[in-house]
Amino acid sequence: MTFQGWFLILAFIGILLALAKPVGLWLFALYEGRRTPLHIVLGPVERGFYALSGIDPNEEQGWRRYAVHMLLFNAILMAFTYAVLRLQGVLPGNPQGLAGVGEHLSFNTAISFTANTNWQSYGGESTMSNLSQMLGLTIHNFLSAATGIALAFALFRGFARRETKAIGNFWADMTRITLYLLLPLCVALTIFYIASGVPQTLAGVVEVQTLEGARQSILLGPVASQEAIKMLGTNGGGFFNANSAHPFENPTALTNFIQMLSIFVIGVGLTWTFGKAVGNTRQGWAILSAMMILFLAGTTATYWAEAAGNPVLHSLGVAGGNMEGKEVRFGIAASALFSVVTTAASCGAVNAMHDSFTALGGMIPLFNMQLGEVVIGGVGAGIYGFLLFAVLAVFVAGLMVGRTPEYVGKKIEAREVKLAVLAIAVLPLTILGFTALSSVVGQGLAGPLNKGPHGFSEILYAFTSAVANNGSAFAGLTANTPYYNGLLGVAMWIGRFFIIVPMLAIAGSLAAKKYTPESAGSFPTTGGLWVGLLVGIILILGGLTFLPSLALGPIADHLMMIRGQLS
Amino acid sequence: MGKDFSSALRPAIVMTILFAVLLGLVYPLAMTGIGQTLFPAQANGSLVRDARGTVVGSSVLGQAFTADRYFQTRPSAAGKGYDGLASSGSNLGPASQALVDRVKPDVAKRRAEGVPGPVPVDLVTASGSGLDPDLSPAAALTQAPRIARVRGVPVDRVRTLVADATQASILGDAHVNVLALNRALDTLSGASTAGARPR
Repeated sequence: MTFQGWFLILAFIGILLALAKPVGLWLFALYEGRRTPLHIVLGPVERGFYALSGIDPNEEQGWRRYAVHMLLFNAILMAFTYAVLRLQGVLPGNPQGLAGVGEHLSFNTAISFTANTNWQSYGGESTMSNLSQMLGLTIHNFLSAATGIALAFALFRGFARRETKAIGNFWADMTRITLYLLLPLCVALTIFYIASGVPQTLAGVVEVQTLEGARQSILLGPVASQEAIKMLGTNGGGFFNANSAHPFENPTALTNFIQMLSIFVIGVGLTWTFGKAVGNTRQGWAILSAMMILFLAGTTATYWAEAAGNPVLHSLGVAGGNMEGKEVRFGIAASALFSVVTTAASCGAVNAMHDSFTALGGMIPLFNMQLGEVVIGGVGAGIYGFLLFAVLAVFVAGLMVGRTPEYVGKKIEAREVKLAVLAIAVLPLTILGFTALSSVVGQGLAGPLNKGPHGFSEILYAFTSAVANNGSAFAGLTANTPYYNGLLGVAMWIGRFFIIVPMLAIAGSLAAKKYTPESAGSFPTTGGLWVGLLVGIILILGGLTFLPSLALGPIADHLMMIRGQLS
Repeated sequence: MGKDFSSALRPAIVMTILFAVLLGLVYPLAMTGIGQTLFPAQANGSLVRDARGTVVGSSVLGQAFTADRYFQTRPSAAGKGYDGLASSGSNLGPASQALVDRVKPDVAKRRAEGVPGPVPVDLVTASGSGLDPDLSPAAALTQAPRIARVRGVPVDRVRTLVADATQASILGDAHVNVLALNRALDTLSGASTAGARPR
């Protein structure tokens, strides 16, 4: 570990904390439906979209209607992308002349991008045409992100409103977030990325003769415009197979830093927005503190493990940290930090290959996802997932000290707790169930590249990543098979929508309740005790459930590594 | 529930079309136009040309160097090595036999060149993309004696080239772009010891 490495990590956290309020304020304006300076330019677009689709943006929806409209929109978007991918061979914008994408791969990819997962069973450069990248995939990067933030707004309203059924209008939320937040930021980010060396062209391959006289094919494309939203919307689906490790996606240490900030910035802002929405910004800071404690712990562990390096290689006469799967321009610290950011936040972009991390260094990204992607988390999904844990935490606190469970002015009762448990139980049931199945059937066992416990880690990582809607991989796993494409597709769908529906039901149930002012009998939900309780509940629920699976995979792997026992 | 569904149908279909046009066509095409106007070199892959105007590579992307007279690049898992159409890491786990089998001969090769101490780790490990354009300064300096010997130039001049080409960053690690370094190397031997370049 170096001074420069710690400077990078602390600068990253410092900048994020400074951005929480300004970004949170902007998000709050969108939450309230207020006019922003951007309305002068984009207001007509917004109104035009409503008029053509027959939407009244002021019509309030109950939770069921909000859910049905959101689900149908996502289903149609998914079908649209499936069609674009299948028809790739006959559509324009295909300079490489690629064929249509196969059935099970298109199924997997369409779900993957709809569910904000961006798991990729394919290598982008050899599978997707420029048009597929733009029309099939980039739109999901925007709209799955906007859907996530809209859902968070709906839950915020559940806490903030009193004695009503209404939790907002899905179309208005989704459209405003896309037009006034994601699109303008992406325009600025795209221009920055292009200036830094990320290609943006409709051309395909350039053939060059290298200095040594060999031939090299260099693939170009509309990379920068996808890169911007890929990070900002915590999507993570790369233009190229190697994702943000590829020099064309992430050419410099500065673009790397901006990419990491892009992943976290909206999630951090949303914690502030929540506090503002429920009338006490300290509520938001308490949530952010709990998230940051977990984040800093994970970063420290991964950075330490990667900087310590691989003893197996050291014994061969090699000096330094673990650089297998890492890029020199980033180095150990920026790679370790990126891996924790991307898995804490359900992004899934990678700037280094997690499969080649040391056993413990690679366990932290896995564990981050198993906690339910609530350490900042995916845009929107992180905060609504976190609030489910908060509901459980006040319930547990209530049991321990004999107080009525309340959170930000709402009584938490049996219905909310049941629904929260239902949403949270989806994660271990699906991850462990599907991993167990794949560890015994032949088609599952055919997947891993590595042998021994590391091979098991590859399977566990894949289903964890799918259900948690992350999308990063221990990429040695050969996932482009009917078995894995099908099962991972189902896992991603369950992981997204089986959490969203109970969460919206909680929003509806909370909105209908009356306001309960804080009293001497309330458990305080700001301050150190509450932050500690939140961290504890997340670690106990997430940690204990998955500990046995981690012992079989990364921990066994680590013991072999330090003994120099190869597999 | 039925009413909720029927009321959703039109907005869901129309919004899909509208957003597909805005985000899937207008946005990337407008960005392409802006990029091609403001930063045409970068937008088209930062291509590098030699004196005759032939494209020899991209300054952003790595290419394979295996000859003894050049700074050699890291091992690559992209296709058969530095394949611009097949970026990839090795994905080998830390305690994998295959990793050891790959690293061992690479270490032995450096020993045969006369590298005495520990071998810098990036020189014998595959990058994440398989297209890493850089080396660490240590991995480049390790190769300086061999290059000086093969090219018949003083080793200090080679070391100076590395020092001049090293890019420091507080947000990442210090690195040297191998293509830029090797092009500088070619001009160096051409100017100082013409004819001394063995082929």
